[in-house]
Amino acid sequence: MEPERPQDPVATDEEAPVIAPGHTYQTVTDQISAIVLTRKTPREWLLGFTLSFALVMLLLYSIGYLLVAGTGIWGINHPVGWGFAIINFVWWIGIGHAGTLISAILLLLRQEWRTSINRFAEAMTLFAVACAALFPLLHMGRPWLFYWLLPYPNTMGTWPQPRSPLVWDVFAVTTYATVSAMFWFVGMIPDLATLRDRSRRRAAQIIYGILAMGWRGSAKHWHRYETAYLLLAGLATPLVVSVHTVVSFDFSIGIIPGWHATIFPPYFVAGAIYAGFAMVLTLAIPLRALYGLEDFITARHIDNMAKILLATGLIVVYGYLMEAFMAWYSGNEYEWFMIRNRISGPYKACYWALLACNGLAPQLLWFSRVRRNTRLLWLIAIVVGVGMWLERFIIVVTSLHRDFMPSAWGMYYPTAYDWTTYIGTIGLFLALLFLFIRFLPMISIFEMRTIVPPAERRARG
Amino acid sequence: MRGDGNTLDQYGSYGRQRRTGGERLWRSFEELEQAPEFRLLAENEFAPGALEREGGPSRRRVLELLGASLALAGAAGCTRQPPEKIVPYVAAPEEVTPGKPLYYATAFLLGKVASGILVESHLGRPTKIEGNPDHPASLGATSPLAQAFVLGLYDPDRSKVVIRHGRISSWVNFLAAAAAERERLLARRGAGFRVLTEPVTSPSLAAALRALLAELPEARWHQYQPLTGDHARQGSRLAFGEPLHVLYRLEQADVIVSLDADLFGAGPAAVRYARDFASRRRPDHPAGMNRLYVVEPAPSVTGAMADHRLALSNRQVELAARALAAGLGLPVSPQADAPAKEWIAAVAADLDRSRGRSLVVAGEHQPPAVHALALAINHQLGNLGRTVFCTPPLEAEPVDQMASLKELVADLAAGRVQTLLILGGNPVYQAPADLGFGEALQRAELRIHLSLYEDETSQLCHWHLPEAHPLEAWSDARAFDGTVTLLQPLIEPLYAGRSALEVVSIFAGRPSQTGEEILREYWRGAAGAADFERWWRSALHDGLVRGSEFPPKPVSLRPDLFARLPEPPAAAPLELSIRPDPAVWDGRFANLAWLQELPKPITKLTWDNAVLLSPATARRLELAGGDLVELSAGGRSVRAPVWILPGHADECVTVHLGYGRTRAGKVATGIGFDAYRLQSSDRPWCTSVQLRRTGERYQLASTQHHHAMEGRRLVREATLAEFRRDPGFAHHGEHPPPADLSLYPPVAYEGYSWGMTIDLNTCLGCGACVIACQAENNIPVVGKDQVARGRAMHWIRIDRYFEGDPSRPAIYHQPVPCMHCDHAPCEVVCPTAATVHSAEGLNQMVYNRCVGTRYCANNCPYKVRRFNFYLYADWSVETLKMLRNPDVTVRSRGVMEKCTYCVQRINRARIAAEREERPIRDGEVVTACQAACPVQAITFGNLNDPAARVAELKKDPRNYGILEELNTRPRTTYLARLRNPNPALERL
Repeated sequence: MEPERPQDPVATDEEAPVIAPGHTYQTVTDQISAIVLTRKTPREWLLGFTLSFALVMLLLYSIGYLLVAGTGIWGINHPVGWGFAIINFVWWIGIGHAGTLISAILLLLRQEWRTSINRFAEAMTLFAVACAALFPLLHMGRPWLFYWLLPYPNTMGTWPQPRSPLVWDVFAVTTYATVSAMFWFVGMIPDLATLRDRSRRRAAQIIYGILAMGWRGSAKHWHRYETAYLLLAGLATPLVVSVHTVVSFDFSIGIIPGWHATIFPPYFVAGAIYAGFAMVLTLAIPLRALYGLEDFITARHIDNMAKILLATGLIVVYGYLMEAFMAWYSGNEYEWFMIRNRISGPYKACYWALLACNGLAPQLLWFSRVRRNTRLLWLIAIVVGVGMWLERFIIVVTSLHRDFMPSAWGMYYPTAYDWTTYIGTIGLFLALLFLFIRFLPMISIFEMRTIVPPAERRARG
Repeated sequence: MRGDGNTLDQYGSYGRQRRTGGERLWRSFEELEQAPEFRLLAENEFAPGALEREGGPSRRRVLELLGASLALAGAAGCTRQPPEKIVPYVAAPEEVTPGKPLYYATAFLLGKVASGILVESHLGRPTKIEGNPDHPASLGATSPLAQAFVLGLYDPDRSKVVIRHGRISSWVNFLAAAAAERERLLARRGAGFRVLTEPVTSPSLAAALRALLAELPEARWHQYQPLTGDHARQGSRLAFGEPLHVLYRLEQADVIVSLDADLFGAGPAAVRYARDFASRRRPDHPAGMNRLYVVEPAPSVTGAMADHRLALSNRQVELAARALAAGLGLPVSPQADAPAKEWIAAVAADLDRSRGRSLVVAGEHQPPAVHALALAINHQLGNLGRTVFCTPPLEAEPVDQMASLKELVADLAAGRVQTLLILGGNPVYQAPADLGFGEALQRAELRIHLSLYEDETSQLCHWHLPEAHPLEAWSDARAFDGTVTLLQPLIEPLYAGRSALEVVSIFAGRPSQTGEEILREYWRGAAGAADFERWWRSALHDGLVRGSEFPPKPVSLRPDLFARLPEPPAAAPLELSIRPDPAVWDGRFANLAWLQELPKPITKLTWDNAVLLSPATARRLELAGGDLVELSAGGRSVRAPVWILPGHADECVTVHLGYGRTRAGKVATGIGFDAYRLQSSDRPWCTSVQLRRTGERYQLASTQHHHAMEGRRLVREATLAEFRRDPGFAHHGEHPPPADLSLYPPVAYEGYSWGMTIDLNTCLGCGACVIACQAENNIPVVGKDQVARGRAMHWIRIDRYFEGDPSRPAIYHQPVPCMHCDHAPCEVVCPTAATVHSAEGLNQMVYNRCVGTRYCANNCPYKVRRFNFYLYADWSVETLKMLRNPDVTVRSRGVMEKCTYCVQRINRARIAAEREERPIRDGEVVTACQAACPVQAITFGNLNDPAARVAELKKDPRNYGILEELNTRPRTTYLARLRNPNPALERL
């Protein structure tokens, strides 16, 4: 492993390369496939995987006890019927947004700098959606009956209730998970074939061989592949907007002050992209250092992502301001009370922390020196991740805990099981990610090869 | 069958056979000679400790429990109809139809005073208590305590077996021992024999005890219960020279003054008094709306209803009573430090204007002087015989109970008591601590305790006898006005318990006589009816003996009353008032989880008692709610949590009895603190106390955390004058959404369209509706921890708001069931269509379809939906299965539930109506909350029927819906509250 350089050598203007100079087809393939096939598993990987796997065990324990005892093990109550489960669901699904955005929209916009981070971001999306999808299941009183939310002909003679946003949610999330998984897998097929061809062990050859689905790299294959990939990108594009829009409907369709707001869909989508890019940065910066991938994930990538973070952060802050403004401007006493309760009620610490994390911290990104300082950027990305979690906490909890009837007001305090379930899903996410970088090419080899400058292609190839 | 199985003869012959065996075969000379040492050895076959390990359940105990559960499993399988003839209230069908309940009239006893009830019985299982409309103490309604009566029957912690020396014994053994004891007692003419009962209003039990005492002339009968009523009797003795019982006719009174009397919240007449009071709260009453003044230390449900309420400490209440008497021209010298002089003067003037149409009531806990003063004022105002009536005492043998108990303790301590028979009550726990009843008790050589639970007293007695629950036994009792009520059993005793009547009969040498025989025998003589069978049937059917109420007794005020009036006590730095708990009373209902979880009317606390004090006193003592303090009085102290209560009198703290039980069953043992430890026998209700902070905290579980309305117009109120000027005051500031504001096509509710109104003008906030709903709808209790987490399950909750100055706040109650909104926000968000609207306007829960997303509860602006976060319903205890209403689903874990408008009752009425091919009549569907409500605040019916009472009330200008601006279109609406203030005081 190479020591992290104090400052990236590459300039961050528009003309900066998206791959370090000196790479040929050969070096790209060698370096990326080596992580999976030949390089010794780093000790850091073992340590990280062990830790995250232990957290997966914690998650399994928490889920097991939940199924035995009931949702009462959490802090939810009357009036706060949704707690960590829904907060975490929205948080994870938001994180899962960067993947599709990078893969699909940036592909269609021909942003070739996306190439080195898309595989990785797609994997992250998938794992985040997996974590997210756990929560709506677990938060149900009777999770074993989850399939009643699916439309299937049945002897009960009834269908899901189509006016409920939770039903829309089921469609949105399952579609998103399916398309993301397909997009990720289809995008990996040529690389899986590379691994098949390069691996020396029989078992690896068979497994990668099956996954490569008979890819031979013929022109016909490439032609069909490109078409399919573009089509999938086209399919995935509306999902970037739709999923979080539908998730925001879970709240905005309700009549609870703090939920019932028309600004929610755009505000949620921006927040999701914001959280997603924060997570990509949170993961990419250490991985890049750990595996010495500075040549592929260059300072330009980091800089671009920081800029997106800043832009979406500003949209989110606009959302906060508008929410407060509309509460006042509407003259609705319940809305206005809701904002005052956020500002000065029992959860005011969370609200102010949210504004600091999501509103103030990203303002540092106006400075290119900050954007170039990977350590500081990494910290900011983590702060944004925390801030986005707090945002969901504020939306879910402070809206519910004091709504219309003062007699029914209450407080929500998470229990130990709320925390273990949440931390457990972080463990699951990381464990899947560790397995991914160990067993699959985390950067798209064939796409990287397309951006090797033509002069270099043969010189050393 | 009971008569066959339990007779002494049968067991007696069995015993004889054993004895013959014993004579034939012998193990030692001691046995042969029947030496006393051997008898002792034979009784304790194994050395102490050989069978039972110290601490923890012993093997024997485990086997007992196993056996008991098996027996119970059987008990649930076949219900046990009593063999005697009991008479159903309504015309009985040819045979019992499964699924069709029968109603039987009997009575609920509070302090042994009856209030009539009808018990719903499903195939021989009593499941629900309703009021008896014919009974003067009920008029069809009940208190929350009466609603929990049926839970007391099935309480799995009830005592199940005869216990001797802490070990399981049997009635056979007891009968043998009692027979032997009787021989000994007869020999010494009853010397050293004492019977301790609670005050006896039962004519038959009193007759049985008198007969026993006649047989054993040296024996003595003591009576005691914590709520003695001694002060009222002493007050009456001061005023009239004899201890009389005082009755009030609240419907006749224009002006009512309560001197710390919780007329509507406590006592066996509360339901009736509340009804009479409420009848005069309606603004359209021909005699006009009444006016209530309340002076009291801690806010009560009566105080919350007051037009003018003054928070005064106990001593100040006495001073106020004197000032009031003086103000009305009685020769009482008002104390110099009398409080609120202008206030008292205004009340006196108001009373003076309403001579003969007013009444002044003294609270049971006020000293005799206040009672005497109240009677004197009533006399002065000419109220006696018009709004206030004196009758003979309800007790068959009225005694000064505290004196009676003191005498018993003195005799016990002096060793003058050999045999003590305690019939009911729990004196070891309930006697004031300074008497040391527990220690004295152990001086008696033979101690026998009959009670429903194996409690603190049983523990110190040689014999514990399981008592038959009043729903399992024959007995009788008098109601607050003296009306005799016969109690008939609804079910054979679940655990072979016997009634006090039967146990007295054992001592009278007639052990095989059943309660029914004794009762019939007594009334055959006492009824004086030509056709006794007819009399008996009609008394059982009606649930009362008509015309048996006491006639009013003419009285005259003693001329020397004012000279003999005791001086008020010196002011205490911090005054302690001790009161019965609104839910568990004096501790006798402590093991009834429904009542433990009933939010107490004013504090909204559950599962605990607390030290109540005013915000100002809390500030002075630097206390916050939940601080643990040490209270010391009379050299004894308890540690107790503090609860700050707006409207409490300053420099005075209130504690409630009934908690801190050490042996009461799984529910009550170890919760709260024991206020009896602070009680002194000389001044049981008010004493001086020291309070010390401990620095520790204690979690109290309250169901309401925010007490202000935040300017939201949930409870709407106006004075009577404002209402007359502006009848539509309740609708000012409303923003009703347009009628067609919906994305969905309008629904025409043809046929029935159910709706409800709740009159906030009469609602007391007593909680009868809450427990009635719990009993009717199989609502589980969740326990203190879950309540503290905000997971109470009540389908109807009573919101209580304070408004204004915390030292003298207005107190509002608002019952909130489901609103059954026509545009129900819960329905649109349910993903599985588990909550849907019926064609009759009901918002229905389909439990089977619910997967528990809780979205509906989040989206309910009224927050009336309740979620089963755990498996709250008890699916394992057999007796509790017998309690369930078979018409209502028992919910499982993970499903949402809420008020159904008692849809099972609607359907029962519908079936009856359809069979007769007619529509459901108005008043035919009565929801459980409506039926129980003492003040008839709840009206339910078909909104499409223009003649229906509910439709009429919906047209009342006071009718308004809450949060209507959300376009929810609630079907439950409220009638705004009215106050009738005294203009003279409004200006103050």
